Amino acid sequence: MSNTAVEIKKLVKSYPGVDALKGISINFPAGKITGLIGPNGSGKSTLLKSMIGLVKPTEGEVLVFGKRPGREVKENTAFLPEINYFYKRMSIEQVINLYESQYRTFNREKAMEILEFMNLTPELRVKNLSKGMVGRLKLALTMARDVPLIVMDEPLAGIDPKSRSRILEGLISEYDAEKQTIILSTHEVLEAERFFDYVVFLEDGEVKLQGNADDLRAEHGMSIQDLLKEVFE
Amino acid sequence: MKLNFDAANPIYEQIIEEIKKMIVRGELNPGDKLPSQRDMAKYIEVNPNTIQRAYREMELLDLIETRRGKGTFVKEDDSMVITIRNDMARDAVSKFISEMKSLGYTGKEIIEYVKGEIEKKEEEKEGNGE
Repeated sequence: MSNTAVEIKKLVKSYPGVDALKGISINFPAGKITGLIGPNGSGKSTLLKSMIGLVKPTEGEVLVFGKRPGREVKENTAFLPEINYFYKRMSIEQVINLYESQYRTFNREKAMEILEFMNLTPELRVKNLSKGMVGRLKLALTMARDVPLIVMDEPLAGIDPKSRSRILEGLISEYDAEKQTIILSTHEVLEAERFFDYVVFLEDGEVKLQGNADDLRAEHGMSIQDLLKEVFE
Repeated sequence: MKLNFDAANPIYEQIIEEIKKMIVRGELNPGDKLPSQRDMAKYIEVNPNTIQRAYREMELLDLIETRRGKGTFVKEDDSMVITIRNDMARDAVSKFISEMKSLGYTGKEIIEYVKGEIEKKEEEKEGNGE
């Protein structure tokens, strides 16, 4: 595995009247879990979406394992979007069937295992799920892909504390450090920071600070949570 | 185990401290096998890369050794246990002394204070009929 999973080169993304990303460069290390941290509207979501080609760069370049986002990158990247994208009428089993038909890299057996760990049964219907359950379902489906890159947009947002800790436990026990890279954005830094190898602070479309989580702790003598308060003062 | 980490300090260092304590207390003995990095990560719920860093550092510190194809073991070296125990005791005492000095105690007063506290504790124990 090369050292960089996702290379962001002077990336600019402009929307009419606003620059969401202002020429940022980041190397997301391969085989690591990176936490992408920043206030609302800092550009986190735009950056994550650019990795799977959902957002096209205005300027600059995004390379995923050396390739521009396209069909191949999509097949080899599991993306967890922030929104609830399931058809309400479907059962969890039908959702799994759909995933299996859409992605060659979807591992049904693994999905069933993680679902059980998440206390979900295949008969449940999406419309009856609580927000926390939808969050757990999304994690199960994402981690069940046998892919080198997993990108998660706010997997913990709006979810009850019990489900949040289940999601983090599931993530860390399914994560294969030898083969996989995880990039995730979150506001729940206090709970998630023990799982980060690398941290990127984003504010107003710019990188404020980045580095190895333990090195940042040693250098600043504070937790990532406290460092965040300082950085975004 | 689910260690309660102090998030203000590097997690890999806290893992090393915890394992050192286990060695000093005799919960881990020279020659004992450590869990695999993957199992350890699941066990204490941290990132496997953090465990990898802790193990690598402990190898450099000569606390543990990896035997090819067999796993990771506490080094079979009894003098190491004594060294760690002494180091940790020295650290604890030196932290305590500087704290007391910052409160204005002199060396002599610190010794008297410690003596007094130890005697008190021992009397309490006897009083409890232990």
